[in-house]
Amino acid sequence: MGPLTEAARGALAARMADVVGRAHVVSEPSELLVYECDGLTHGRTRPALVVLPGSTAEVAEVVKAARAAGAPIVPRGAGTGLSGGARPVPGCVVVSLARMTRILGVDLENGTVRVEPGVINLDVTRAVAGAGWYYAPDPSSQGVCTIGGNVAENSGGAHCLKYGFTTNHVLAARLVLDDGLVLDVGGTAADAPGYDLLAPLVGSEGMLGIVTEVTLRLLRKPETTRTFLAIFPSSDEAGDAVSQIIAAGILPAAIEMMDSLAIQAAKAATGLDWPEDCALLLMDADGPAPEVEHVHRRASEIARACGARAVQVPRDEAERQLMWKGRKSAFAAVGRISPNYLVEDGVIPRSEIASVLREIGRLAAEAGLRVANVFHAGDGNLHPLVLYDARNPGEEERAAHLGGDILRLCIRVGGSITGEHGVGAEKAAYMAEQFTPEDLDTMMKVRCAFDGGALFNPGKVFPTPRLCGEKPGPYEPHPVERAGLAERW
Amino acid sequence: MPDRRPIDDCVHCGFCLPVCPTYFSWASEMDSPRGRVDLARALADGQVALSPTTVAHLDRCLGCLACQPACPSGVRYGLIIEEARARVEDSNVRPAGDRLFRAFLFSLFPYPARLRAVAAFLWLYRVTGLQWLVRESGLLRLLSARLAALEALAPPVTWHHLTASLPARVPAEGTRRARVGLLGGCVQRVFFPGVNEATLRVLAAEGIEVVVPPGQGCCGALSAHAGRPAEAARLARDLLERFEGLELDAVVTNAAGCGSHLKDLGSHFPGDPALAARARAFSAKVRDVSELLAAMPPVAPRGAQACRVAYHSACHLGHAQGITRQPRELLQGIPGLTLVELARGEECCGSAGIYNLVEPEAAEEIGRRKADAVVAAAAPILAAANPGCALHIQRMLRERGAAVQAAHPIELLDASLRAARPRGG
Ligand SMILES: Cc1cc2nc3c(=O)[nH]c(=O)nc-3n(C[C@H](O)[C@H](O)[C@H](O)COP(=O)(O)OP(=O)(O)OC[C@H]3O[C@@H](n4cnc5c(N)ncnc54)[C@H](O)[C@@H]3O)c2cc1C
Ligand code: SF4
Ligand code: SF4
Repeated sequence: MGPLTEAARGALAARMADVVGRAHVVSEPSELLVYECDGLTHGRTRPALVVLPGSTAEVAEVVKAARAAGAPIVPRGAGTGLSGGARPVPGCVVVSLARMTRILGVDLENGTVRVEPGVINLDVTRAVAGAGWYYAPDPSSQGVCTIGGNVAENSGGAHCLKYGFTTNHVLAARLVLDDGLVLDVGGTAADAPGYDLLAPLVGSEGMLGIVTEVTLRLLRKPETTRTFLAIFPSSDEAGDAVSQIIAAGILPAAIEMMDSLAIQAAKAATGLDWPEDCALLLMDADGPAPEVEHVHRRASEIARACGARAVQVPRDEAERQLMWKGRKSAFAAVGRISPNYLVEDGVIPRSEIASVLREIGRLAAEAGLRVANVFHAGDGNLHPLVLYDARNPGEEERAAHLGGDILRLCIRVGGSITGEHGVGAEKAAYMAEQFTPEDLDTMMKVRCAFDGGALFNPGKVFPTPRLCGEKPGPYEPHPVERAGLAERW
Repeated sequence: MPDRRPIDDCVHCGFCLPVCPTYFSWASEMDSPRGRVDLARALADGQVALSPTTVAHLDRCLGCLACQPACPSGVRYGLIIEEARARVEDSNVRPAGDRLFRAFLFSLFPYPARLRAVAAFLWLYRVTGLQWLVRESGLLRLLSARLAALEALAPPVTWHHLTASLPARVPAEGTRRARVGLLGGCVQRVFFPGVNEATLRVLAAEGIEVVVPPGQGCCGALSAHAGRPAEAARLARDLLERFEGLELDAVVTNAAGCGSHLKDLGSHFPGDPALAARARAFSAKVRDVSELLAAMPPVAPRGAQACRVAYHSACHLGHAQGITRQPRELLQGIPGLTLVELARGEECCGSAGIYNLVEPEAAEEIGRRKADAVVAAAAPILAAANPGCALHIQRMLRERGAAVQAAHPIELLDASLRAARPRGG
């Protein structure tokens, strides 16, 4: 295990039990094993301890205790992340926010809600739906993932095309810093004076501190919503339609694309009667009825002009729900058509969808692997799923390699290596290809301003082991390392 | 290449977490479906040994199967937990007292005759006033939380429970539309004889002839869910043989736990392909009573029942068999009846087979949540299609002093059909 000796681990467990109660400290190896990874399963590390605090005050004490013991901290929500963001680092204390699930206050007059970080995304909407409100960002994992995880990853979803990502919906947050200090950032005022510290916090992947409260913006439920499905012979025509729809100034609430493999998986999970040998665009138009009518009509015309075989609307609300369930469960449903898979997450200009998908197909054929595509097409946010069977020697490496080639392709066409799943442990290596050393140093300065000792989630996001105040040049132990506060891996 | 096991289907997406009652209660991932699959994999791969801790997390699983329909990857969690539990049963890791208590339960539940003896005891216990004495003195809780759970669960037994027996055949009224066999169930038959009687009356009124094969024992569901495969297979085989050769259109059950087990009987005879094939043929005919009735247009007139009824979706009906629509439709077909849904309505009530007896504290915590939801629904009647649920929820309601009566949906339908008949008919 990491820097903690077994005796120190026991002492830390006892200290944590004083803070959060014995029942909320996990310390047996046979229990810790379930926390070894998040939604990304290749690459596992057993934490030293898992602690489940119940309040901001407890989080602060937990942070102080871990820091005093020299144990790094990895925050965790529901563990659905796909980049290894919540994957433990050796010797760490995982701080799970899963017990902090209270909705602290609903203020419909101002359209806001204040929640603890362990609240499930969809539970925010459930709490205010009766009054006609909802929380807009809708990751496909919204029935499971937590607001804390969403803030950390700046998560997106199908309807972020029209409504924006998490960052557009967070008004304020409470943060426990590395010394246990509690900081409130942001506010409900339209433009607060001073630096906007919320901006770096959203999307910081649990590396600046632990978020213990979040104030979110709510929206009124659209007057009407219409879902429609355009069926294309292949991804070429579908990709073309996406860029033309957006170029024509039409703004559907969502444009999601699925290719034939992804369709197969979604059908297996839901029993939908979608055709298989094709590419689909699943779209939502929402707003006042005339707007919905207009968007539906124009988008359908453009889809047909680009070669859509048919444009369908669901028979009833139940089928509409099932269609979205099919889309939202597609990642995990791929488990039905392949023993293992890697979820990639790259962004490309919308105009390049068709050509990039063709190139991905070529790379996949070269590697002798299959790639399923199901993604937020309106945002140009690709999710190629590289299918493989880990039981075949060498296949996992080939898959990882292909995943890397796909990300490089995204960078080449002017896109990026992550749209919404974050960099985490998985994509740190590609950061140097995406950014210049100056870019990375600037980011690191921000990190260090909050967390100078690299207490939170060390080893994530930044490509090579980097610590605060580090000068480029030959390796030299950093003062923090020498003090035993951090280590390189 | 090594074989693909059910545990390998898990892709770790976490979609099963929010539906799991134990994760909802404690928020620790060892007590979530994903965590239990991880644990089962580590056990199977020999990475961890069975210990009181690992066993505790497996034991705390209700077996409610809410995680199964929630899983996009199609993980067959039921198989995984049964296998892990069999591993536990085969080991000596449980303390002796615990093993004894389980052995005691399994010498009781699968045997209707023995259950009837218990019922007789319970009747005496109640009418002699001994019950009052024990409950007031808190004597049992002092002895053991588990015995207290068993005592608190005991339904009020009347003379009828001791004497009720089922006819061998009930003819269809009017034109016969089908011929079915009725599964008597063990707990159902002894503690809820009214449910079987109502089932017979409703089926007959709907033009369905019913035969009740004599000598039926338990179907083995409780044993299978608790990781006692050999016992389960023996019981299932015995039951199977009593229904074979009867020329039935369907085998009907009104107990959700039995139904879900019997629909998947084929997988319980791994070593005997011939028997497995017979079991699969039998399984293909098994229908929950609500499923059977919903598939046939109703013919018997319904009489009005002006009341508010809350619906509890039994796990082994909703999660395991995917039967959620049919019982609700049957109830909504009763004129004047208002059906209300419970908050977190698809969540287990904590009864879960023998769970409330072996994990009383967890069962009480989960049951209290259900009782709160029932009270919030403000309905005087709770419809529940499983005897275990009815016993457990009633007990939790009793403890809160709430006056809610549990009834099987078929009993409510029976009342409606009887109300529609001319007097004396
Ligand atoms: C099937 C599937 C579909 C998905 N679809 C989408 C999608 O459409 N869009 C999308 O954006 N993502 C998607 N994801 C990824 C994932 O659900 C999101 O990244 C989500 O926001 C993670 O939330 P979580 O609660 O599971 O966080 P975790 O995975 O537990 O943690 C994620 C990161 O957040 C940090 N963190 C968690 N809580 C806190 C806190 N309170 N304070 C500070 N840091 C914290 C962790 O350290 C980690 O770095 C999907 C995942 C799956 C499995
Ligand atoms: S069967 Fe029920 S209690 Fe057990 S893991 Fe699944 S959801 Fe949880
Ligand atoms: S939903 Fe299914 S695949 Fe996902 S974690 Fe749970 S069991 Fe595994």
